[in-house]
Amino acid sequence: MAPALVWLTALMVVPCALVLALAFFRRGIYGGIDYTFTLENFGLVFDPLYAGIFLKSARIAGTATLIAVVIGYAAAYAIAAAPRRWQPVFLFFAVLPFWSNYLIRTYAWIVLLNREGLITQLLRWFGYTGEPPSMLYTEGAVIAGLVYNYLPFVILACYAPLSRLNPELAEASRDLGASAATTFRRVILPLTVPGIAAGAVFVFVLSIGNFVTPALLGGGRFQMIGNLVYDQFLTANDWPFGAALAMALIAIMLLVLMAQALAADRAAGRAAEANGGADG
Amino acid sequence: MSEPRTLLAIDHVSKNFGRVTAVDGISLDIRENEFFALLGPSGCGKTTLLRMLAGFETPTDGRILLDGRDIARTPPNKRPVNLMFQSYALFPHMSVRANVSYGLEMEHLQKAEIRSRVDAILATTELGPFADRKPEQLSGGQKQRVALARALVKRPRLLLLDEPLGALDKKLRGAMQLELKRLQHEVGITFVIVTHDQEESLVMADRMAVLKDGRLLQCDTPHAIYEHPAGRFVADFIGVMNFVPGKVSADGVIAANGVRIAGKVPATLAPGASAVASVRPERIRLFPSADAANRTTGTVEALAYQGLDLQLHVRTPLSPKPFLVRVTADAADRRPVSAGDEVELGWDAADVRIFGE
Amino acid sequence: MNQSLTRTLGMRTILVLVFAFLYIPIAVLVALSFNEGGLPTAWSGFSLKWYASLAGNSAILSAALNTLIVALVSTAIATLLGTLLAIGVEMRRQYGKGLEALIFAPMIIPDIVLAIALLSFFSMLNLTMGLHTIILAHVVFNLAFVCSVVRARLKSFDWSIVEASADLGASAVTTFRRVTLPVIAPAVIAGALLAFTLSVDEFIIAFFTAGAGRASTTLPMQIYAMIRFGITPEINALATIVMAVSITALTLSQRLNRGIIGQ
Repeated sequence: MAPALVWLTALMVVPCALVLALAFFRRGIYGGIDYTFTLENFGLVFDPLYAGIFLKSARIAGTATLIAVVIGYAAAYAIAAAPRRWQPVFLFFAVLPFWSNYLIRTYAWIVLLNREGLITQLLRWFGYTGEPPSMLYTEGAVIAGLVYNYLPFVILACYAPLSRLNPELAEASRDLGASAATTFRRVILPLTVPGIAAGAVFVFVLSIGNFVTPALLGGGRFQMIGNLVYDQFLTANDWPFGAALAMALIAIMLLVLMAQALAADRAAGRAAEANGGADG
Repeated sequence: MSEPRTLLAIDHVSKNFGRVTAVDGISLDIRENEFFALLGPSGCGKTTLLRMLAGFETPTDGRILLDGRDIARTPPNKRPVNLMFQSYALFPHMSVRANVSYGLEMEHLQKAEIRSRVDAILATTELGPFADRKPEQLSGGQKQRVALARALVKRPRLLLLDEPLGALDKKLRGAMQLELKRLQHEVGITFVIVTHDQEESLVMADRMAVLKDGRLLQCDTPHAIYEHPAGRFVADFIGVMNFVPGKVSADGVIAANGVRIAGKVPATLAPGASAVASVRPERIRLFPSADAANRTTGTVEALAYQGLDLQLHVRTPLSPKPFLVRVTADAADRRPVSAGDEVELGWDAADVRIFGE
Repeated sequence: MNQSLTRTLGMRTILVLVFAFLYIPIAVLVALSFNEGGLPTAWSGFSLKWYASLAGNSAILSAALNTLIVALVSTAIATLLGTLLAIGVEMRRQYGKGLEALIFAPMIIPDIVLAIALLSFFSMLNLTMGLHTIILAHVVFNLAFVCSVVRARLKSFDWSIVEASADLGASAVTTFRRVTLPVIAPAVIAGALLAFTLSVDEFIIAFFTAGAGRASTTLPMQIYAMIRFGITPEINALATIVMAVSITALTLSQRLNRGIIGQ
């Protein structure tokens, strides 16, 4: 196992530490790095201009997560309700697009949404004669792209607890007088929350740091955190600020992951505590 | 004695799944305050019938009348009928108290009333100290009692129990059989239990129905079914029975070796027809007195001590399978036998039942 | 009866809508790649001419070759290192929090962050960047994925069979070759296929660690450049081929994996 750990240390830990260190230096006059200690890069992250981009990224990622979870849960529920022998087939086809290239899946939406794309064609076919609607290069297009790209994972994550659910639990709830809606709200949903949480965290984390989707579907000027980082490194040549932005991104991610771990821990802790009581 | 009131009438109910007929024209009456058992081997349709009573399946044909009202198409949450699931189906994310309260909350009762009714049923089922535990922290027997409390607290007209003791170990099962009887008596609710365990239904049921291949074979008290089974299948399925194959004669069955087994021949059997004569192991006497109508000799092949009594396997010329004979410990002490001994067996004509093949 | 019928209908509607959402964008792309005119405005007849023009595009062909080299080499290294790491961790069963984080990190760290980190690192070392730096970078996350797939299999591995093999006189090497490896082989193959697919599709890290010049352009980088340029019928054809290849690979790996497990 040693070679692997050396590899990870040399090519992940050290470079990431380097980026962290970079964030504390000044930008050189000609774009290089001036090795004097400063905190101003982090100060700049909270500048209204950049803080706004963080908020916008969080809003877009949050919306995409919400939509993906609603659609993904419904799909997983429908798959879990299908006859047993069909379930692996549906699941396979739900996940299949996930295995085709991310760029291509995103590109497919350019084809759909552009001014002379399929949707415009459809509108024309239904008798629409006005200006083609501008759908590409909008926030909506970015959200659609994110939902499309990450939906298969949400379906997979939600299907796992749904398929393990004992169908007699829902029957028991009905038997005790609950309607189908109440049964869903009070029995099925609470028991499948772990899958929803796993799917949601995945979509949110991958969306908020996304670079490709905003670049392709949001247009050249559209910026989320990932694009901002890209610009600092490849166009503005302000590596220290780019590094500070990257660290802020990591911090947000860690916060989300920790929140999830904490919630899971507390649930497990409650169970363990109560178990101790049962033994005593 | 007044005729007991019918609570539930199952009227020519059938259920098909595609081409498979799971329940085939069953009619049954279940009486008020009765402990009723549906008994049969797996695949006999008893679970399907139970699920139709609970509302999870709709009959293809026939009516299910509860207090005279047809509920065959009423959804499960609108029936005054509750089911105790075989898997118990306790909600794993809710405490014992929350599980038991659930059904009452669905009736939109006052909080105080829910609380007092839940407390009362938890006390009856001796679950009070476990009210705040989650199902995963309970033993099998405790889970079973929670499932029971959760169904009973709703005070259903009819409580259905699907193999309620199936998941328990043998010793606990014996205790819970009596416990269920006691509870049923205490709450005064009609119980319908589904089981494949004939011993269980003999012990618990006031009346029972034996099902096979979706049809009703016999419905009566355990005693009547045990002593007067309606056919060879029921005779074999309920308890233990010795069978002697042969041909019907005027007053019995002639076995393969020419010996006549005396017994009452049913009117439906013509002389010369193939039939079996049968007798329960506990009706056979070892070293019988001279007045026994039926007798044979045989060799003891094996003995099995069962505490209270001793079970002998005796090879006789009457049948290909050895005879099972039950001897009380008392009698065995007086005349000890061991494997290889020649013994004489005898039984009365009144204890013989004859069935067509 | 009616209730369950509406329920079934509802479930079917959901499935139809979701699968339509998942597959219509891809289907449109594939259909357009065979469109003579190449534009979404009108269907002007079936044609393979866009595929033919791809075959003559040397930039795309060299990018495809680069991608293949990167994927094969990085998968080979990652499979070896990742499998050894998985066995090491699971056999000792000393799951330190730091160790777990180290193995888990490459799978969740945003690729843009790993990309700039490696770019900074390589440029600080004054390393000339090219295919070799992409390979070094791809091994980082591939190793983590292989390791997690193999570990999942090892969780249910009965270590007493290793002791049984030793008890029967086998050396540690023989035990590994004849007992441990055959049991975990399906997971190792599955991990390798996963790594290969991820590497073939990876764009951002390759983009940052490829260095200047076109010599080390990979296929995703080429596709990205073409997409930024606009919709061209050639991309539709290329996209169709790439999708067909990765979907075939996935289907094969599923079959293979099941076949081995089934034995």
